[in-house]
Amino acid sequence: MDAEDIELELFVQALKLRHGYDFGQYARASLKRRVNDLVKNAELGTIGALTSRVVHDEAFLPQVIAGISVPVSEMFRNPEIFKALSAEVFPVLASYPHINIWQAGCARGEEVYSLAILLEEAGLYDRTQIYATDFNDHVLHVAQEGIFSVHEARLYAQNYLAAGGKHTLSHYWHARYERVKLDERLKRNITFANHNLVADGVFCEAHLILCRNVLIYFTNTLQDQVLGLFRDSLVRGGFLALGNKESIHFSANAREFLAFNSAARIFRLGPSVGK
Amino acid sequence: MSARRRIEAVVLGCSAGGVQAMLALFPKLSVDFKPYLIVVCHAGAEGVELLCEVLGRVSALPVREAAERDSPQPGVIYLAPAGYHLYLEREGQFALSIDPKVCFVRPSIDILFESAAARHRSKLLAVVLSGANEDGARGLQYVRRLGGYAIVQDPEDAAVPQMPEAALRIAGADDVLPLSEIATRINEFCS
Ligand SMILES: C[S@@+](CC[C@H](N)C(=O)[O-])C[C@H]1O[C@@H](n2cnc3c(N)ncnc32)[C@H](O)[C@@H]1O
Repeated sequence: MDAEDIELELFVQALKLRHGYDFGQYARASLKRRVNDLVKNAELGTIGALTSRVVHDEAFLPQVIAGISVPVSEMFRNPEIFKALSAEVFPVLASYPHINIWQAGCARGEEVYSLAILLEEAGLYDRTQIYATDFNDHVLHVAQEGIFSVHEARLYAQNYLAAGGKHTLSHYWHARYERVKLDERLKRNITFANHNLVADGVFCEAHLILCRNVLIYFTNTLQDQVLGLFRDSLVRGGFLALGNKESIHFSANAREFLAFNSAARIFRLGPSVGK
Repeated sequence: MSARRRIEAVVLGCSAGGVQAMLALFPKLSVDFKPYLIVVCHAGAEGVELLCEVLGRVSALPVREAAERDSPQPGVIYLAPAGYHLYLEREGQFALSIDPKVCFVRPSIDILFESAAARHRSKLLAVVLSGANEDGARGLQYVRRLGGYAIVQDPEDAAVPQMPEAALRIAGADDVLPLSEIATRINEFCS
């Protein structure tokens, strides 16, 4: 192992021992880059110095979590996926009197608001409860605000139309200066909560779990563990939507998920599995 | 002679003018090409399926999109999927991220080069072709620091010279060659 890799492992150990955050099963190449960015931004010189800071300076932790978390997203990112959810999954959800959706790794809320809008347009939102979770408190706070820059909003508006939206996205926001704020009413059935996929367990019976581009950061071992958690959180025949480029063929738990729409990476629990 | 060193992997970065360059380069790669070749080409938000097909048609080697968690196979050319950074892990598998853009792009050549250098060190060959930004230069610098071999397309010969120019300015190179000689050089190392 070279010096930097050793320093990285010691940093991961220190975070776990000192603060209980376990990044031991995060894919190393991208983790290393993000940790090095933290080193640069805090002008610390080496990962070793960062480790020392993380051990001795309690107040520094949120900055570290924010640096390791990657809250990069878009509303209606990969619009064709949202189109597939509306066209193929919503009609099944419509058969339930009450619908629970869990969006894990919600970043700044981009996808959860996208879902709320499409559910509203499908006439399903009033009987839906969405749990939007992340392990980064800072982004949860930002997500709750529902504010985006005008620059981002332009892209989101295009994505929304490509996803089959029925109006124009501006129907759902108020523009002020360089920002847009999403309609407060969209939040009425969303609960934002801190949930760490590494450490926390089942908390709901979901009909659909949306977890896109989060497992890509995990090793095969942790990916498998989290797919087990998803299985245990879904009702029989429940749906799981992953990111466009995610592969789950190394996971034993994945075998219980059947391909529903392979191109859209939408899976469904078999009829004999689930709650 | 340096051409005798054993190369396990080739990484290649390009953007504007890069597709044309690859179309000229790939047909000349030897069928005995032993390592794997991983490409980051900034080809826009659309998927790379079509590009794989087009390049596959002119190349003796199969061309595929890199899939996360899979390990690259010898004699295969892989393209980074659109919209994701592509990494090579220490243990050799592909990994993806949607971390912020680097040099305004995702996938980033720097990210592929750095992670591949950490994995293959002196057994890595890195190639920078035609392109319009500075992506790849820092990555190439890291490749060279870890003992890897660097080939940069002669800016005079490149359709768009900025990328090879930046690479030469920031990282330097072991060889600066026109496109027509790059395949021969790669074949010397890799067959
Ligand atoms: C790249 S974003 C994905 C955003 C969105 N789903 C998308 O695909 O556009 C990854 C998110 O996962 C969150 N995350 C990472 N590790 C997590 C964990 N262990 N538990 C919960 N959330 C996590 C990060 O904080 C970040 O907001």
